Amino acid sequence: MSVLVYTESEQGKYKKVAFEVASYARAVADQLGTTVTAISINAEDPSVLGTYGVTKVLHVKDAKLDTFNAKTYADVIKQAAEQEASKVVVVSSTADSKYLAPLLAIGLKAGYASNVVAAPTSVSPFTVKRTAFTNKAFNLTRISTDVKLVGLSKNSVGLKENATTAEVTDFSPSIPENGVHVEAVDKATNTVTIADAEIVVSGGRGLKGPENWGMIEELADVLDAATACSKPVSDLGWRPHGEHVGQTGKPVAANLYIAIGISGAIQHLAGINASKVKLVINTDPEAPFFKAADYGVVGDAFEVVPALTEKLKAFKAQNA
Amino acid sequence: MKILVCISHVPDTTSKINFSEGDTKFDTNGVQFIINPNDEYGLTRAMWFKEKQGATVDVVNVGGPETEPTLRKALALGADGAIRVNTPAVDGYAVAEQLAKVFTDGSYDLVIAGRESIDYNGGMVPGMLAGLTDANFINTCISLEIDGTNVKAIREIDGGKETVSTTLPLVIGAQKGLVEESDLRIPNMRGIMMARKKPLTVLEPVEASQETESVKFEKPTPKGAVTLVSPDNLDELVNLLHNEAKVI
Ligand SMILES: Cc1cc2nc3c(=O)[nH]c(=O)nc-3n(C[C@H](O)[C@H](O)[C@H](O)COP(=O)(O)OP(=O)(O)OC[C@H]3O[C@@H](n4cnc5c(N)ncnc54)[C@H](O)[C@@H]3O)c2cc1C
Repeated sequence: MSVLVYTESEQGKYKKVAFEVASYARAVADQLGTTVTAISINAEDPSVLGTYGVTKVLHVKDAKLDTFNAKTYADVIKQAAEQEASKVVVVSSTADSKYLAPLLAIGLKAGYASNVVAAPTSVSPFTVKRTAFTNKAFNLTRISTDVKLVGLSKNSVGLKENATTAEVTDFSPSIPENGVHVEAVDKATNTVTIADAEIVVSGGRGLKGPENWGMIEELADVLDAATACSKPVSDLGWRPHGEHVGQTGKPVAANLYIAIGISGAIQHLAGINASKVKLVINTDPEAPFFKAADYGVVGDAFEVVPALTEKLKAFKAQNA
Repeated sequence: MKILVCISHVPDTTSKINFSEGDTKFDTNGVQFIINPNDEYGLTRAMWFKEKQGATVDVVNVGGPETEPTLRKALALGADGAIRVNTPAVDGYAVAEQLAKVFTDGSYDLVIAGRESIDYNGGMVPGMLAGLTDANFINTCISLEIDGTNVKAIREIDGGKETVSTTLPLVIGAQKGLVEESDLRIPNMRGIMMARKKPLTVLEPVEASQETESVKFEKPTPKGAVTLVSPDNLDELVNLLHNEAKVI
C-alpha cells in the first residue's frame, strides 16, 4: 500500500531530484496515512534515502540496467509497484522520467498527471495541481484510476528532511528484452546541466555572436550555473539546441535565472516562469523581460557581465 | 512507408490565456489556433520522407469540427490525407486510445507525435500510444533516419544526446532540432488549393476511458515590480541576490 517513488541515480549517485521526489512522496504518504518505498536502480548508497522519509528501499543491482532504457525501466518500476501494491507512484520530470512515465502509466493502468507542482489538494478524490499552457496557468487535475502516477515538476516543492531509517532490500525484477537499443551516449561531463542547475545563466541575440559567450561561461562558472540561450541563438547555431529554453525548448525551474540580452518574448518567458528569481540585463529599458523580472540592470551586457563576474568572485572569496 | 503524423490543435503561442465558467473552461474567445509547434517539426520531417523516400503521410487529430482548419493547413503543407476522430480531447490517455485505433487499423509504419503540446504540456500521448500498441518508442527525437525497417535516431537527454537504433513500427516524440528551422514551410496558394481536394475523413470514436479530469484552472498570482539596480552599483545587486533573494 505504500507510496512508491522512483529515485533516479546516475553512475551510482542519486540525482538531486531523487531527494525532491522522495520528500514529495513522503508528504503524499502522510496525507494517505502510509509509508514510502523507493525503487532504486544501481545506486551505491540507498540508505541515504532515509533522510527524506523513505522507510523501505527496493534496491536493484544489475549491469543490464547500467544504461537507461525507458521501456525496461518502466517495466522494472511496474514490478516494484505491483509487489508493493502501491496506489500512488511518484516520478520526477527529468528527460528520462518523462520518457518512461507514459509507458509506466499504460503498464499500471494508472492515470498520469505530469508537471505537478504541489502536494495533492485532496487525496479523495485524488486531486493535484499542475502547470498548463506552458506555465501561464495552473490546472487542478483529478485522477480517477485506482493507481495514480504523479510526475513532479523540478524544484517545485524542494527537499524536505524527514529522517527515518530506510530498510534496504534486494529486488530482482525480470528484465525484458526491448526493441530500442542505446548505441552511444554523448553527455558533457563536468558541466552543470540545465536540468540539474540551481542557477542558469542565459544569453540572447543581444550578445551579437558565439564569440561573445566566453563572458557568459565565466559568469556561469563563478555561480556553478548552467548556460542556456534563447531560440534564435540556437537557430543561428551559436549554441547547441539543448541549451535553448522556452516554449519550444527546455523548461527551466531554477532558483535564479539570469537573462542577458534576451528581449523576453512570451515564448521565452513561458519556459522560465517557473524559476523563482529572475535577473535581467538588457540595454533596452522597454524590453518586455523587465516586466517579468525580479531584479534588472538596464545596461550593456558587454560592460555589466564582466563587472558582475568580478563582483561575484570577490563575494565568493569573502564568503568561502 | 506509411506515416501518421498526430496534429494537436493548440492556441497560438502569443495567446492571452483566460478561463470561463467559473475557471473550469479554457476561453477560446479571440484565440487563434495553430498546429502544435512540436508536431510541425514532425510533419516537416515526414514531408522529407515523402519527398526523398517515397512515403505517404496522413495527419490525424482527435477533436471536434473546430480543428478542421488546422488539419487543412497540414494538408496544404503536403500531407496526403487527414483524419479527424470526432470526440473532444479530454485527456492524454483518451486521445492515445483513439490514436492507437487509427494507428493499428491503418497499419502505419511510423507515427510521429510532438513531444508535448503547448496547451496542456502533458507529454503523455506519444508514450501512451506506443505503450498501447506495443510499438517501439523514441522520445525527444532530434534526428531520424530510416532504411527499410531499420531506424537510427538521436534523442535529446538532459545535458547531451543519445544515439539509438530500433525497428519499425515506431512512435516518436518530435521536437525542435528534428529539422532545421529554415526547413519549416508556410502553405502556398497551390498547397491551399490542393488541400481542398484532399480527403478529410471523419471517424467516430471508439469507446475509451478517461483517467484524469480537469477540475479547475488558476492563474499565477501577479508579481511585484522589478527592482532596478544601476550598472554602476553592482555591489548592491550582489547584496540583493544574497540577502534579499537568498539565491547566492
Ligand atoms: C512558435 C514559436 C515558438 C517559439 N519558441 C521559443 C522558445 O522556446 N524560446 C525562445 O527563446 N524563443 C522562442 N520563440 C521566439 C521568440 O518569439 C523570440 O523571437 C525570441 O525569444 C527572441 O530572442 P532574443 O531575445 O534572444 O532576441 P531579440 O528579440 O533579438 O532580443 C535581443 C535583446 O537583446 C538586447 N540587447 C541587444 N544588445 C544588447 C547588449 N549589448 N547588452 C544587453 N542587451 C542587449 C535587446 O535590447 C533585445 O531585448 C518562439 C517563436 C515562435 C513563433
